[in-house]
Amino acid sequence: MIGLLSYAVFFSTVASILAIAVLGLNLQWGNTGLFNGGIVAFFGAGAYGTLILGGTPQPDHLGGFNLFYPLALIGGCLSAGLLAWVVGVLTLRLRHDYLAIATFGIAVTFENIMRNAEAFSGGAKGFRGFERPLRGWFGDGFVYNMGFLCAVLMLLFAVYAFQQSLGASPFGRLLRAIREDEDAARSLGKNPARIRLTAFIAGSAIMGLSGGLYATFYAFVSPQDVLPTLTFQIWAMLIVGGAGNNRGAILGAFVIWGAWTASGWALSRFAPLELQLFTGSIQYILIGSVIVGMLLWRPQGLLPERLVVSQSGSSN
Amino acid sequence: MIQNLIDGILVGSTLSLGAIGLTMVMHLLRFANFSHAELLSIGAYSAIVFDAIFSTMLPFLAAKIGPLSMTWALALSVVASMAITAMSALLIDRLVFRRVREKGSELSMVFASFGVAMIIRNAVGLIFGLGTHHYTKDIVFAVVLSRDPMILIKPDQVFTLAAALAIMIVLHLVLSRTTIGYALRAVAENPALAQVNGIRLSHMIALVWLVGGGLAAVAGVFYGLSNQISPMIGRDLVLPIFAATIVGGIGSIYGAVLGGFIVGIAANIALLVLPSGFSPSVPFIIILAVLLIRPNGLFGEART
Repeated sequence: MIGLLSYAVFFSTVASILAIAVLGLNLQWGNTGLFNGGIVAFFGAGAYGTLILGGTPQPDHLGGFNLFYPLALIGGCLSAGLLAWVVGVLTLRLRHDYLAIATFGIAVTFENIMRNAEAFSGGAKGFRGFERPLRGWFGDGFVYNMGFLCAVLMLLFAVYAFQQSLGASPFGRLLRAIREDEDAARSLGKNPARIRLTAFIAGSAIMGLSGGLYATFYAFVSPQDVLPTLTFQIWAMLIVGGAGNNRGAILGAFVIWGAWTASGWALSRFAPLELQLFTGSIQYILIGSVIVGMLLWRPQGLLPERLVVSQSGSSN
Repeated sequence: MIQNLIDGILVGSTLSLGAIGLTMVMHLLRFANFSHAELLSIGAYSAIVFDAIFSTMLPFLAAKIGPLSMTWALALSVVASMAITAMSALLIDRLVFRRVREKGSELSMVFASFGVAMIIRNAVGLIFGLGTHHYTKDIVFAVVLSRDPMILIKPDQVFTLAAALAIMIVLHLVLSRTTIGYALRAVAENPALAQVNGIRLSHMIALVWLVGGGLAAVAGVFYGLSNQISPMIGRDLVLPIFAATIVGGIGSIYGAVLGGFIVGIAANIALLVLPSGFSPSVPFIIILAVLLIRPNGLFGEART
């Protein structure tokens, strides 16, 4: 029983952490129509940033600034935001394909650099030497994990509340206006390139928060954690949940993460031995089919965006 | 240095062939197709299958062509593989892209293309195994062109370069001298106006997929001749091919040709300064440089 419960805690922690990243994507894609093909780069920047700032000094790679944990986490978010600024400034003025390609490129490059720049990131062995905060008080057991889940849930709720109020605010209207008709927004004196950049950086910083929490949870991060697969999973979560709907984003995170872990478990349990090697391939085909299938048959997702009419026209 | 330059030109010819199809699709359908590199993979693997079929059924075809490691069977397989890959490209469009296009925005297409890429890549892995394949088991020795500086070239490489250039010239003639070429360019330029003039948009879209698929098949086989074939071809080539289209300017076929060579050469020259582990990052650095200096590429036009 306690085993099941502690697994439920573990599952909910990871799903909630990923849900934060899905909310960040919802700000970019759902609300503003920005295509981010490199979620893992921002997720990874948050993860590595947090560990480098908050870890203990290490002989063989950078890090060990031993910063107070919340500051390290904020530093992780800022590094993700900084990375987003670099990509965004160069691409957001151009046609949308460029952002898709450049973000995809930065994800490949980020993983590549983390894998090879050993002096910086610990290379393929990953980044060690981080101590989970408050471990001295709560130990490593169930109590700690329960407390960590509560902290993650609170942050998830904070991000959700932030995005809900953002969506209802004039700025949220502006984002949707740019998504729907950029020229019309510009004719009203708005600067779409700058607004998009703001939304892109904010969304990426939220992904950085998610990455920072993920790395804190495992007290470890390696290039294996920033593979493009994660980008697909987070997309699938948003598309299944419903782009433009924050509740849908969270729902999608739990549904897809549940389906992913369940399919991995089922394949390892029931698939014939010669297929075991291909478990990953089968899971990728499934998630690819989920993305394509949703786009074909239910593009609005499980919980569709609720379109808000700010001022209805006088004609109806 | 000169060796890197030569290797770069040879890799570049493969990238160019891939980039031509990609830039045509991106220009006409206005979306970044992340599944294009998987067509190279389909091409390379279907050539393996045809090669096996042809050399078993017609053993005299298993002889090598001159100094090349390529057999007559493989040469025939390239043609068959072009047909299969072109049909696959068209089929994928019918099954997925056309339906998404009719429904949603261009960005939904980008999502869909990622999903398609995942499905193809892993299906190829399931069918052919996750290991690597080669067209020939023999070791092909390089010919020493000069000893100081040391320059080595494989006959296969010279052949692929010549064949790639020949294909590009044919494509150029078709685009610039035939009615179908005019129609294609007109549709890319202004779909509405072209349709008013009696050009069937759906036919042109199909044509672009067929041409893009065929060229991708050739690129895939040529890549497989000098490298190993694995299900990860698509993953490894998607970024260099995108870089080639961005360097050339999205929509410009001549830009894509030039872009392919530039990316190939730059990636190989970069090996002189960077440790080889970093080479997957080079295309992205090129993309960043182009976006800083000349955002619309060498021959591209601004379009939102």
